[in-house]
Parts: sequence; structure tokens; C-alpha cells
Amino acid sequence: MADDQILRLEKLRVETITGRVLVDDVDVTLKRGEILGLIGESGAGKSTIGLASMAYARAGMRITGGTITLAGTELRASTALYRRNSRGKSIAYIAQSAAASFNPGMTLMDQVCEAPVTHGVMGRAEAEVYARKLFRTLQLPSPDTIGARYPHQVSGGQLQRVMAAMAMSCRPDVIVLDEPTTALDVTTQIEVLALLRDLIAEFGTAGLYITHDLAVVAQIAHRIMVLRHGKLVECGETRQILEAPRTEYCRALVNERREAEHLVLSVPDKVAQPVLRVTGVTAGYGAGATAKGAIAVVKGASFDLARGETLAIVGESGSGKSTMARIVTGLLPRWSGTIELDGKALPPALAQRPKEVLRRLQMVHQMPDTALNPRQSLAEIIGRPVALFFGKSRAEVRVRVLELLKLVGLPEDFADRRPGQLSGGQKQRVCIARALAAEPEVIICDEPTSALDPLVAEEVLKLLKGLQDRLGLAYVFITHDLGTVRRIAHRTAVMLKGEIIAQGPTAEIFAPPFHPYTEKLISSVPEMHTTWLDEVLARRGGTAGLVAGAADRPADPATAAHLAAADPAAVAEAERLAAEQLLAEGRGATALDDLQVEVRNLKGMLEI
Amino acid sequence: MIRLILSRIGLGLLTLLAVSVVIFVLTQILPGDVASSVLGQSATPETLAAYRHELGLDRPAVVRYFVWLAGVLHGDFGTALTNGQNIIEVLWPRLRNTLFLAGYAALLALPLAVGFGILSAIREGRLTDRLANIVALLAISMPEFFVGYLLILNLSVNHEWFPSLATVGADTPFGERVWAVTLPAVTLTFLVTAHMLRMTRNSVLSTMSTAYVEMAFLKGLSRARVVTRHALPNAAAPIISVIALNLAYLVVGVVVVENVFTYPGVGQYMIDAVTKRDVPVIEACGIVFAAVFITLNTLADVTAIVLNPRLRHPR
Repeated sequence: MADDQILRLEKLRVETITGRVLVDDVDVTLKRGEILGLIGESGAGKSTIGLASMAYARAGMRITGGTITLAGTELRASTALYRRNSRGKSIAYIAQSAAASFNPGMTLMDQVCEAPVTHGVMGRAEAEVYARKLFRTLQLPSPDTIGARYPHQVSGGQLQRVMAAMAMSCRPDVIVLDEPTTALDVTTQIEVLALLRDLIAEFGTAGLYITHDLAVVAQIAHRIMVLRHGKLVECGETRQILEAPRTEYCRALVNERREAEHLVLSVPDKVAQPVLRVTGVTAGYGAGATAKGAIAVVKGASFDLARGETLAIVGESGSGKSTMARIVTGLLPRWSGTIELDGKALPPALAQRPKEVLRRLQMVHQMPDTALNPRQSLAEIIGRPVALFFGKSRAEVRVRVLELLKLVGLPEDFADRRPGQLSGGQKQRVCIARALAAEPEVIICDEPTSALDPLVAEEVLKLLKGLQDRLGLAYVFITHDLGTVRRIAHRTAVMLKGEIIAQGPTAEIFAPPFHPYTEKLISSVPEMHTTWLDEVLARRGGTAGLVAGAADRPADPATAAHLAAADPAAVAEAERLAAEQLLAEGRGATALDDLQVEVRNLKGMLEI
Repeated sequence: MIRLILSRIGLGLLTLLAVSVVIFVLTQILPGDVASSVLGQSATPETLAAYRHELGLDRPAVVRYFVWLAGVLHGDFGTALTNGQNIIEVLWPRLRNTLFLAGYAALLALPLAVGFGILSAIREGRLTDRLANIVALLAISMPEFFVGYLLILNLSVNHEWFPSLATVGADTPFGERVWAVTLPAVTLTFLVTAHMLRMTRNSVLSTMSTAYVEMAFLKGLSRARVVTRHALPNAAAPIISVIALNLAYLVVGVVVVENVFTYPGVGQYMIDAVTKRDVPVIEACGIVFAAVFITLNTLADVTAIVLNPRLRHPR
């Protein structure tokens, strides 16, 4: 074995205890300091391989074949104690969801120091000093005191960085990164990605970077391995995979991702009477606008939706876009404002709305897995609205169900299956069929493709588009994925902290002159060339510039002031953006309080 | 957090008040009449009426309720109808006896249940785990009087290690008292251990499937450390509430065991009172049981609040 090979998996085979093969005959080699990207759809076995490189298998899985050689020692032939001691010490793990991967009852410092102290790498005091150094390297706010906090007291992006510090706490040889930025907003993703890359480079650590997003891995990996159904599809230099993929599957993956970067739809014809009109709607959680402790999540939102049109509502998590869906459907009664369907005002709450209104306004949820009753057959699921709204006989319902299945591209014999026997994409088709069963005019789609793999998601988008053309449906399409917006939306509304800050034809929203926030959002979406991250960082004045905005956490004003002083350019920029926004919305220069709030919001937006 | 705790305590007091109403109403519709049962079949209607007037039974129920409640709040449960004894004077030593027995049983059952529960979780699916579960299930499957008589037969009749009757007086020395109530305490332990053991095990195991526990394993920690440091603290809340329920059951549910061992506790006193239709005594025992039950459960709620890191360390 060559000296610079730090990790080698040979003929790795992982099965479930029931004998289903998850990873089949996969070889992975990793040199010191090299980053290898593992790419694939869900179920491709990427995470399983990542965990197997630590000689770890999740409950219900077993490593049944092959060798795992870490720093010259074969782990499967070693003792359990040896394997345990190499975990955390020689090979460390960064998980996808930082919020779930931290023990809620322990301070961050306790959790970061646990591995070095347990493995005898450092004493507690030394480990703490080292942890603070890592916190500083990762540009966490108030690095000297943040360790005393509990996981729920820091933001998701910060927690993800603390997890990186935790992985680095023993200076491991190899680090396994399992979708470390997938759970983050696009604007946060950039900073975490840049910091992870710098951190890995600084320590000369080798990395196994697992993700489903080709554009993300293009920024960080030297080589890319593409997996499908537990088997290797293609492995090569990053540039080669992106520019000259050899296999059909890789080409499809690359093309799908590239298509997201181009606008497909043109501006629709103007229709006089909108089918759905939302005017000045405010709502949130709590007893009502005047109640104590009530928090408004959506503030004064207005938009129109014409027949046969798709309006995309985009924004980061917490911007209130999903709440918007709940307000329109009546699941969350609005506090003020009006919602009109075909010119008729709708009551705020679902329970007050007549059946006819419920029929005309349908919804497709984000998680098809949880939106379908696993104990009902598809015929029951889809047949229910048919029977409810149209009062048809059993035989007629059956006929209609088969029609609907055909409409969404599912075979008729699926009618008697249950959701458990379907794939994710098929389940989402069932959800769409259920919405169509009511013969609605408007369908609210709440992130209908974000739980699906890219290629499957594309199929579902095509289906929605086709149905719109044939049936003249209007969609309110809620998403955080700008690639999806480009492909499906005629018009787009951008939400920030509960307000719609920009809306218009998608082509205009996506073209200069941008609203500053929209520009930031757009420029944060990773693009399919290896130098994208560097270019964005260069444009924004490096990671330091980005993070200076984050310093404005009210939790620690002293450090905030210090950091802001260290980077006046970023603060000035934030203020300029705020002023621009104010002028754009014509609120006038007298609204000083508003200006300050905007500055805070914008700086918060820059926050990681 | 303080507000949450105070509101929980307030809620407990409110529940207790509601229970007092229910107890009072229920004892009013208890069949039979104290006057006729005390004075016997031969009493004339006039003497019955006079006796009822003397006891205050001819006043409206609402008035009687508030008179009774005021008394209870002052620590005065009134006098027993049948023998005219001051209830609190009889009840208090008996309550102490019951609490002593329950405390003894808890001291045996708690470490046993939680300890073996954690051990079961650490060694999930192995022999220790299965054995602990089977033994605990066997113990809970046998009725308590059966366990009690079995223990008496083996340990006091055949071997004479422990007394078969747990009769203790006010002046019984501590050591002798412990010796006397060992068999009833063991019987109670049989009864409550299984529930707590299984809850501890399952609660710990359900946190074992969380991402942060997987993370702890991937940091190279031993299973014992993962269980005690990462899983157990986060599994504590449901365990504590089950413990509270069982401790309360130890106090409230000892009636049968007290009878088997003729132990002078509150349960025996209450059964006695029910057979004699001595309403004030029944009410007093009921309210004492309710108070113990509600106190323990409120305590569990408060502990769970205090243990929650999100409430302890707000943003």
C-alpha cells in the first residue's frame, strides 16, 4: 500500500439484516489531504459507505464483505476496542443535521471535548483551549464563551460549524462529511462550505464529502465518485465528471443540474381577473394580532394569481413561505387582510369555508411519505375526494380513480397498492392525483419536490407543468430552490422575514436590476463549475466580510462591535443595501426606526 | 421556568380541590345510612332524626361540604361517627405506618428497577436484558395477595425468618419495625418494579435511536458511556413520571397488602370505615390518598421541567 493512502475500502459490501444489498463491491481510496466527493440519489448507499469507512453500520445493517484499511490497519480484522478507539480519533464524522446531532442536554464545550478527553489525546483543559482555537478558525461569534451554550442557544449554521470543530477536536486523519450543508439555507451554505474547505486544507485532513448536489461537491472535491443503487457508476477527477461524464447516468445528472441554471418559461399573457387574490394578509402564531406573545410570521403580503399561471414564492427557511400556504388554505386563520377566490372573499378559517371553496383550493405537501395514510390503498386515498365532492357511486369513483392515475402517469393496477409499496416520486404523483380528484382551480404546492432526488423531482415538475397546460390549473409554488423556480414559475415573489420584498415576472426577478436580497439569494446557489465558490467569495470580499455581518447577534454585543469594527466594509454594505431597499419601497427617509430594523434584518441575513 | 413551575403547582392544588368535591359527592351517594347502621334496626324514626340532627346530616350538602373543607384546611377531619374518635389522631400514626412501608418498598424497588432498566438497555437483546424482563414480568403477573401468602408460607411459616404478621405499635423500635415490614415491602416491590424497569429500558432505548446518540458512538465512546451520558439524561422525563405513578401506587395501592399482613396502615383503616359506613373517615382517607398522589405527580412534573435544558437555559 502506498504511503500516502490514508483510507482504502476494498470490495465493500453492506447488507441489511434481511439480506438486501445496500452497497455492492465498492472500492474507495483516499490519499492524505485529498477530498473525495460521493454523489448519488437517496438510497445510493453514500451515507452507508461513509459510515462503513468508520467500520460502523447503522442498526439493521451489517458490513458483510470487503476490507476497510485506515492508516495501514485493517479495521474489520481488528478488535472492537481498536475500532472504537479509532472513531473520533483517527476518523471523524460530520452529520447532516447539526440540530439533531448534538445532545440537547450538554453544553457545546462538553460535547466538543468529549472525544479528545475520552481517547486520551488531550486533557480537559488543553482540549478546551484547542476547541476555542477551532471556534476562532471557524469564525464563530464570541469563540471564548460560545462553548458554555447549549445547542438550542445557537443558530443552525453556527451549530454546523461547532460540529466541524467537534470532528477536528482530535486532529483526525480522515473526516467524513455527510451532507454537511444540505440542511442549511443557500446563503448560509456558502459560508459553511468555504470554512469547511479552508479548515480541511489547513489541517491537511483527508475528506469523504457526501452530497446529492453536484454543484456543491464541485467546489470542494478533488475527485468525484458517482454511485447508484449501491454500485459505483463512475469515478474521476472533478473537472472530468462535470465536463465530460462518461456514463449515461452521469450525463443525465449533470444536465439536470445545468438546466436549473437556465430560465425556461416566458412571461404569460395578462389575465384581467385573477383567480386568487391575496391582499395585505398578516398572520402568525398566537391568539391574534393584539394578543400577548403573538408573533406575526407573515406581514402584509399581497399577490395575484391568474388562471393557468404559476406563482413561485421563494425565501429561506423562516421567511414565512410555508406559513403563507397555511394561511391561504385556511389551516392558519389570518389576522387581517383579505383572500379572494374568483372575486369572492374567503373566510379566514378552514372550518368556516364552504365545501365548494375547499374543493376549488387544493394542496400538495412537501413530504409525500407523511401526507398519505399508509393503511389505505391508492384507490381509497384518491377516491375519497371524488366521493366527498361529487357524491358519485362506488363504480363511478373507481373509474375516476383509474383516470386520475393515468393522468399522473401511474399504471392503473397501482389502484390497489398501498403507499408503502411506492417510491418517493410515485407517492408525490399520488398526492397530485388526490389534489386533482377535487377538480380544483388552484393548487398550493408546498415544496413538492424538495424531498425528492433531482432526476425524480424533474419528472414531477414536468408532470405539474403538463397538467397546467391541459387543465388550466393555477399553482402557488412554494420552494427554496431557485432552479425549480426558473423552470416552473411564470411569476415569482421573494419573501424575507415574513414580507414579500419583490415580485414580478420570473424573468425580471432573475435579471438585473435585482433587489439586493434577491441578488444575494441568486448568487448563493452553487453553480456547476469548480471555481464558483472562489468567485463568489472574491466578489463578497472573502469569508471574513460575510461573517462580519453575523457579528450583529444581540446575544453578544461586545464581540459584535469588535468584529464589525474589524470589517467596516461589510457593515457599510449592509447599511447601503438597507437604504436602497427603503428607497425602493418609497417609505421615505424619515422612517429612521425602520431603517435601523432593516439594517438589523439585512445583517441578520448575512448571519451564518 | 419559575412561572411554569408555579403554574404546575397551582394546577396540582386545583386538582386536589376538585378531588375533594368528587370525594364528598361520592360519599353522599354511598348506599346505607349511618344513623340506622349505628342505632340498629330497632331505632324509631324520631331517634334517627335526632341523631342525624346531632351529626349535622340534616343540613344541605353544600353547607356540609364547606364546613368539612374548612375543617380539613385546619387539619381537622372531624370525628368518626361510629366510635367518636378524633379522626386525625387515629389517621396520623397510620399514615406514618403506610408511608414507612411505602418508603421501604420504594427503597428496594427504585434502585432495582432503574438499575436493571439501564443495564437492560446497555445489554439490549442479551441474556441480562431478557432475564431482567422475564423476571419482572413474572413478578407483576402474580396477584399481590398470592405473592404475599407465598412469602409468608416460605419465609415465616417454613423457615421462621420473618414474622407473618406485620403488627407494629407506636413504640416499636426502628430495627424491629424494619424487620416486621420486610415481607409486605418485598411484596410491594414485586408489584411495582416491572413497570418502572420496562419504562426505563424502553425510554433509554428510544433515545438510543437519535442522531446525537449515533454521533456519540461515532466519537468512539463506549456503549456504557453513551447510555449513561447521552441517552439517560434525555430519557429521564418519562422515567420520572412513571416512577411518580408507582410511588403513588405504593401509598395508595397498599390496601390489599396491608390486609394480608394485618398492617395498621391507612388502607386498613379505610376498608374498616367503608364496611361501617363511617363517612368522615372515608372522606379523610380519600383526601389523604389524593393528596399523596397529586403531590408525587406534581413533583414529577416539576422535576421534568427543571431537567429540560431548553427551559433551564432559555435563549
